[in-house]
Amino acid sequence: MSAAPRSASRADPSPVPVIELRGAAFGYGEHAVVTDVTLPVHRGEIVAVLGPNGSGKSTLMKGILGLNEHLAGTVRLFGEPADELRDRARVGYVPQRHTLSSSIRSTAEEIVATGRLPRLGWLGRPKATDRQVVARALELVGLSDRAATEVATLSGGQQRRVLIARALAGQPDVLVMDEPTAGVDVASQHVLADVLARLVARGVTMLIVTHELGALERLLTRIVVVDGGRVTFDGPPRRFAARRRARDHAHDTHRHDSELAAGDTAAVVPHGPADRSGQAHA
Amino acid sequence: MLEILTTDFMQRALIAALLVGLVAPMVGIFLVQRRLSLIGDGMGHVALAGVAIGLVTGLEPVLTALAGAVLAAVAIELLRARGRTNADVALGVIFYGGIAAGVVIISKAPEGTPANLVSYLFGSILTTRTSDVWVFLVLALVIMGTLWVLWPRLFAVANDEEYARAVGLPVLPLNIVLAVLTATTVVVAMRVVGLLLISALMIVPNAAGQLLARSFTSGLRWAVAIGLVSAVGGVFVSYPLDTPSGGTIVVLAVLIYIVTAVSMAVVGRLRQRRHEVAESHEHEHGPECGHEAIPHGDHVDYLHDGHRHAAHQGHYDEHGADEYGALSRDDGPTGQDEEVST
Repeated sequence: MSAAPRSASRADPSPVPVIELRGAAFGYGEHAVVTDVTLPVHRGEIVAVLGPNGSGKSTLMKGILGLNEHLAGTVRLFGEPADELRDRARVGYVPQRHTLSSSIRSTAEEIVATGRLPRLGWLGRPKATDRQVVARALELVGLSDRAATEVATLSGGQQRRVLIARALAGQPDVLVMDEPTAGVDVASQHVLADVLARLVARGVTMLIVTHELGALERLLTRIVVVDGGRVTFDGPPRRFAARRRARDHAHDTHRHDSELAAGDTAAVVPHGPADRSGQAHA
Repeated sequence: MLEILTTDFMQRALIAALLVGLVAPMVGIFLVQRRLSLIGDGMGHVALAGVAIGLVTGLEPVLTALAGAVLAAVAIELLRARGRTNADVALGVIFYGGIAAGVVIISKAPEGTPANLVSYLFGSILTTRTSDVWVFLVLALVIMGTLWVLWPRLFAVANDEEYARAVGLPVLPLNIVLAVLTATTVVVAMRVVGLLLISALMIVPNAAGQLLARSFTSGLRWAVAIGLVSAVGGVFVSYPLDTPSGGTIVVLAVLIYIVTAVSMAVVGRLRQRRHEVAESHEHEHGPECGHEAIPHGDHVDYLHDGHRHAAHQGHYDEHGADEYGALSRDDGPTGQDEEVST
């Protein structure tokens, strides 16, 4: 068990990572989509898994959740091999779009209550405390007032928050989120980011799979980039930003040049004989 | 009219109808949710082979039908779980193999057996015997008991199977339980509704219920109410009209659906006219948005610049000016919309 010290300040130095992948490969059938992933996630870390569409980041996430074929390497959750973990609800899954069936009407509260089921055993029924946990989960995502609202009538961002609340109802140790901001307008993205910030403040560990950082950037302690089925970057946001700046520099210079040129011509024009505005500048 | 109730076969038929009307929509709501509405139809086909075997061998047809339908149910779920792209075709083979075998075997039934194919396919109140009613009662109680214990889990799996799998709910066993419940419902409904029409009683009351409901539990209650009215009403009407009970029940259910759909459309049109949409704003009202929350019936209004906003689908409705403080509140919370971007 490698206990490499993490640079992230929030990370707990506990030697057992919440999620630990070593040389892991995942895919469908025999076909591996992501290979050779070594990724420890420690308690308290907020990790973004970034990558373009088709990079394999979703396959990686589904592999951690046990939803596809684990083809090579090891996957450990809370120190246990993933396929031996009995209490899978410790990993709170927030799917990408509402994968919810829309053929039958249901309320936000009814959906969130399903997140409590893994905690009730095979036959248990929800008790008062379970209903309280569900109510608190809705409150945490700011949807207490919409508990009885039919989910299909909520906005995309609100539906995403319902799914977060559903995961929270299972009282997970880590949240695994698939594209939480995709298809959510900017205002709702900020509401969503505020909700996640509240969870971060409570010490929830998060693995956020996304193709754009958007409003979530301020929350992150670490960024992992997946491209072409492999991890191509793993480090703190500062280093990622530096790398991005370095890469964007060429584009910036180019734009800068054209702006300068435009500025030059603009500066030339007012210097005609009838010009008075130039004096004000001078 | 009331002498109907004193006739023995009518009493039995009404009890059977009551059980079917109660149970079929309860099971059906999960099938509709999983978009497997027609699976009950297929199980009815296979149950016919079971009936045929019973008639030929002299075993109780209700029990052989139950055995056939349950076996088919388990086979179907296992096939689906293997995720083969041709699972659909495999279902077709099972279903049509079942009904074809049923027709062939029944033709070989010994003389003197009540091998009236039509009465099994479309239901007949005359064929329900006292022993059948007892079997149906026990089966219906088993179905209701199982649903009472498992419905939150069946709802979770039908609602989002991938999530259910990720958090470790026993997805395959739950799907098999639902399939077996469906098969059992088919058998309970066999005498009164008939094997070809039972699926209708699982689906149509739910289709109508969904027009009226705003939640899963209310949808279930509406569907059961509509199922009961159709099943019991259909049996009642079929006697004086001298029509097959199954067809009458389903025609009644479809009529209820049509009347519900038309009335809801009219009500919706009237509401549309009355409701006033508030100015659009990017700000989302919520418990911590800074606007005063005012409980209003079954929802919460937010006081926005002196008038009340209530969430409605993708927008806010105008729920009137605040009668207490609209004018006196000159220090009102203007400019709060900017809080969005924090």
